[in-house]
Amino acid sequence: MKRSKILNNKSNLVYNIVAYSSIILFSVFCLLPFWLMVAGAFTDESAIIQNGYQLIPKKFSLDAFDTIFAGNRVLNAYKVTVLVTIMGTTLAMILTSMMAYGLSLKTIKYRNQISFYVVFTMLFSGGLVPWYILITQYLKLQDTIWVLFVPYLINPWYMFLLRKFFTTIPESLIESAKIDGANDFYIFVKIALPLSLPALATIGLFYSLFFWNDWWLGLLFVNDRRLQPLQLLLRALVSNLSSEVQALNPNSKQGIIPPAYSVRMATSIITIGPIVLFYPFVQKYFVKGLTVGAVKG
Amino acid sequence: MSKVLCETGHSGKKVRLRKNGILHELLKNKTIYLMMLPGILFFFIFAYIPMVGVIMAFKDYNIKKGIFGSSWNGLDNFKFFFSSGDAFRITFNTVYMNLLFLIFSTVISVALAIFLNGVTKKVFKKVTQSVMFLPYFVSWAIVGIITQGFFASENGAINSFLKSINMEPVSWNSSPELWPFILVIFYLWKWCGYNVVIYLATITGFDTECFEAAAIDGASKFQQIRYITIPLLMPTIIILTLLQIGKIFYGDFGMFYSIIGDNGILYATTDVIDTYVYRALRLMSDFGMASAVGLYQSLMCFVMVFGSNLLVRKYQSDAALF
Repeated sequence: MKRSKILNNKSNLVYNIVAYSSIILFSVFCLLPFWLMVAGAFTDESAIIQNGYQLIPKKFSLDAFDTIFAGNRVLNAYKVTVLVTIMGTTLAMILTSMMAYGLSLKTIKYRNQISFYVVFTMLFSGGLVPWYILITQYLKLQDTIWVLFVPYLINPWYMFLLRKFFTTIPESLIESAKIDGANDFYIFVKIALPLSLPALATIGLFYSLFFWNDWWLGLLFVNDRRLQPLQLLLRALVSNLSSEVQALNPNSKQGIIPPAYSVRMATSIITIGPIVLFYPFVQKYFVKGLTVGAVKG
Repeated sequence: MSKVLCETGHSGKKVRLRKNGILHELLKNKTIYLMMLPGILFFFIFAYIPMVGVIMAFKDYNIKKGIFGSSWNGLDNFKFFFSSGDAFRITFNTVYMNLLFLIFSTVISVALAIFLNGVTKKVFKKVTQSVMFLPYFVSWAIVGIITQGFFASENGAINSFLKSINMEPVSWNSSPELWPFILVIFYLWKWCGYNVVIYLATITGFDTECFEAAAIDGASKFQQIRYITIPLLMPTIIILTLLQIGKIFYGDFGMFYSIIGDNGILYATTDVIDTYVYRALRLMSDFGMASAVGLYQSLMCFVMVFGSNLLVRKYQSDAALF
């Protein structure tokens, strides 16, 4: 008995060492890229060219941020991204919540058929090409602000997640409101929505993150630089470095080489800035969305 | 789906009533149906209309003639694709990479969730979990820049470190065999925290009595994990795995394109179906072939999603898609 207890204590000590060191190692691994981003953004360009990116910068410099804010390209991309995120999230929430609410009501006879109509789009798609041709040739949405969010206005996963939340609203509540003479839209706006605020916040945050981070729509449908969202600008900075960086600040004198490598990192920082800033406050909503939608997320 | 069949079967008996029934139902709940209309239209335009477009896979598409005006060319698009050798390569890469992602991320996420669950210091637990979840919020475009930061041959952090300790730098950009490994690293970076959230929530929901009883009986921490935690966690692991297997023919374009980009040397190991279709469409403007490959992928995905969902439903019906 005693021996096994001692053995166990030893084994538990080993467990604790393994557990804590794995957690710490993985956390460091998660932070390392962020650290490189910050270090790279504040390193002098000549130091990067000479020594490469380093986790501990040899020569501190703010040139990258000066370059970014000297021109208006990053600022403009920022405006596009903010606009797309706000418009996209608002419209997506309106469409998604109205549909999810309808599908959550047991009194709606065709809810199962309509659900299947949505589920089928998750099972089968026509593929990229017909979708691309529809948007460019028939809807003629390319190089408009609309193309950056309209094709993604309803995410079926989020819609069903929201439906799940709506089904928890007691039927008796809706019925009694009906008896009092309220119409369905009034019940939706005045009862269902206020009761589901945390759920709406969760879905709204998922949508905003999605629109903020999306570059697929921009990559496919936007050629006009004025409509370039941040994520696409980042992509351009990687693939076509020097000319794109030069274009960041058209006023810069010919012959002066802009700090291309540090600018990439600085633009990345500016792009994830708002996310990191809001992260402590919104994390719990995302966690809730993942755990309630459980495996479906 | 069984419910759908039930209802149509039921109303099928009363054909006369049903005809009135539809109109009656729509009128009775017209507000609700009107509220759902924008959503229904959205899926009709952006999902159902493109489904008609799959006929492009059997046509010699010409922009001027449009989808319906272009001439048919039978299975030529498919023949071209399957005889090129690309078919095997990109299918293999897609499935192989997804399997690597799945295996590594499941093992590591489950381990981390179990470890985190045992942590008694609250602040430490909260901080590390937040740190692990943070990369989920970072876009692939930024991951692309980070990739360059670490793995660029010229001035990447790893090569500059190797040089500083007088070792030979690695020529990453021309070594296709290294990139599956790098892709796995970034996949783990981005998704482990996300999976940890789900697994940790499941573990937290377990009854602690089992563990207490086991501890009293002298079970070590490792034994508790082996004989209690993992068996209890198995349903969640199986469901998440099945759902991932359902997506096995789907390559995450954002990830592959931002990490690999247009570096043709690396295509041998990293070109997946989605990046291939994108190139066929945007760079080669080969609409017919691109839509043929797209249809091939859609069909494979359909079979896998359908099959995995049947298994999920057998296993735990409320986690199933339909």
